[in-house]
Amino acid sequence: MKFIIKILKDFPAYLWSGWGSIASIFLFIALWDMGNQLYGDLVLPSPLETFNTLWMMLHDEEVLYEINITLYRAAMGFGLSLLLGSVLGLLAGFFATASMMSRPIVTILVGMPPIAWIVLAMIWFGMGDDTVIFTVVVASFPIIFVGALQGTRTLDGDLNEMAKSFNLPWHMKFVDIYFPHIFSYIFPSWVSGLGMAWKIVVMAELLATSDGIGASLAVARSQLDTPTALALVVIMIGSLMFIEYIILEPLKREVELWRS
Amino acid sequence: MEKLEVKGLNHHFGFTEILRDINFTLEKGSVLSIVGPSGGGKTTLLHLCAHLLDVEEGEVKNSFESSSFAFQDARLLPWKNVIDNIALGLLADGVKKSEAIERSRTIALTFGLEESDFEKFPKDLSGGMRQRVSFARALVVKPSLLFLDEPFSALDIGLKKELQSVLIEMIAKKEISILFITHDLMEAIRLSDEILLLKADPGHIVKKFSYTLPQSERDDKYVYGESAKILQDAEIIDTFELELR
Repeated sequence: MKFIIKILKDFPAYLWSGWGSIASIFLFIALWDMGNQLYGDLVLPSPLETFNTLWMMLHDEEVLYEINITLYRAAMGFGLSLLLGSVLGLLAGFFATASMMSRPIVTILVGMPPIAWIVLAMIWFGMGDDTVIFTVVVASFPIIFVGALQGTRTLDGDLNEMAKSFNLPWHMKFVDIYFPHIFSYIFPSWVSGLGMAWKIVVMAELLATSDGIGASLAVARSQLDTPTALALVVIMIGSLMFIEYIILEPLKREVELWRS
Repeated sequence: MEKLEVKGLNHHFGFTEILRDINFTLEKGSVLSIVGPSGGGKTTLLHLCAHLLDVEEGEVKNSFESSSFAFQDARLLPWKNVIDNIALGLLADGVKKSEAIERSRTIALTFGLEESDFEKFPKDLSGGMRQRVSFARALVVKPSLLFLDEPFSALDIGLKKELQSVLIEMIAKKEISILFITHDLMEAIRLSDEILLLKADPGHIVKKFSYTLPQSERDDKYVYGESAKILQDAEIIDTFELELR
């Protein structure tokens, strides 16, 4: 509780520190507008037109429905990866053999291009939710798994010895010694896993489904509707930035105050 | 009577013999130092006595009610502030949180930490301050036996003296017994009732020195005089390989 209050208290100061980022975003939009003036509306619609389209789309129930579908798939996929990756990663980390054996498998999972997974998933599960969710899990699970594994593997033996010398009971050992260390590894991996999930969900939808943001993107492409395509991109990037900078980053700052 | 008894202790790491036939007894209220060159198995011996390592051969009987350990490096939890670090041992003993915090604050002040340091994380402390915190953490639980693993070796002279005088005060009141490991002979002479000389490869005890003058009455002159005497000792010269220099 005290922790949540502290986050909320520091939040305005955190927002205030964001002026630099906002300036850089505006600079980017200015460059975008320059591109529009150079190449014309068909190739690169102006930011103004894009944001107008976006505004209209956000008032269109059909579009909101598509966004919802994508959100559902991303959340399912990410949730599953979070659960599986964290639990299996922790388990693997606690056993030297398991962590050694899981290494090459993780390399295969990370090395295999997501597009190949989508093709396989389409064969296995057909066109629909399952294919998308599967691809998301396959792409973001290894990231989280490795984070959890690293966190457990790098526990400090010296601190463990110290804990032993004070006869720390097991629950204190877990809460005070292991958890903060593991969390400092696993939390960043959740953040990158989430970013990955959000990117992969759209790609999988574009290829394997007839609904969701990805499918809308495919339709916009076939109709050469560049403003809609760009508006969809803005939705994706905007939501990712919101989650990362407004929700996760302040949380991370509070949790990792102790880091140098 | 509380005491720590070590009998016929041998220890190996793999095929390397680290310690051979160690025997000594530490009585309540006294200070026993084990001196010897670095890499001679001193830390292993201390870890065995504190049950941080499992005893393989021989016996370590510890009948002290409570004990705590001050390590060579501070070993603070980087994610906890000064007070929470000090309170760790108290909380592990089941002391109520509010009381543990209160006692930690009191001891932190006697160890020369300031109120403004209490909320700091270890990363924001200097090496000496970290060592103070580590010392406070070991002493706040009021151990009847304290294990010291060269905790002064990284400190400047002033801070070293300050922490030592805290210990000397506790020794004078017979509040604490200490098993102390060091390679610094002067430090050992200032604090100990008995000094055991541990010779390396494998670690075995070659000589015992006793000092009867109460610690609180040992001034610099006494410590320097005794140090000079002990440095003439043939076994000391041999153990520390002083001739080579």
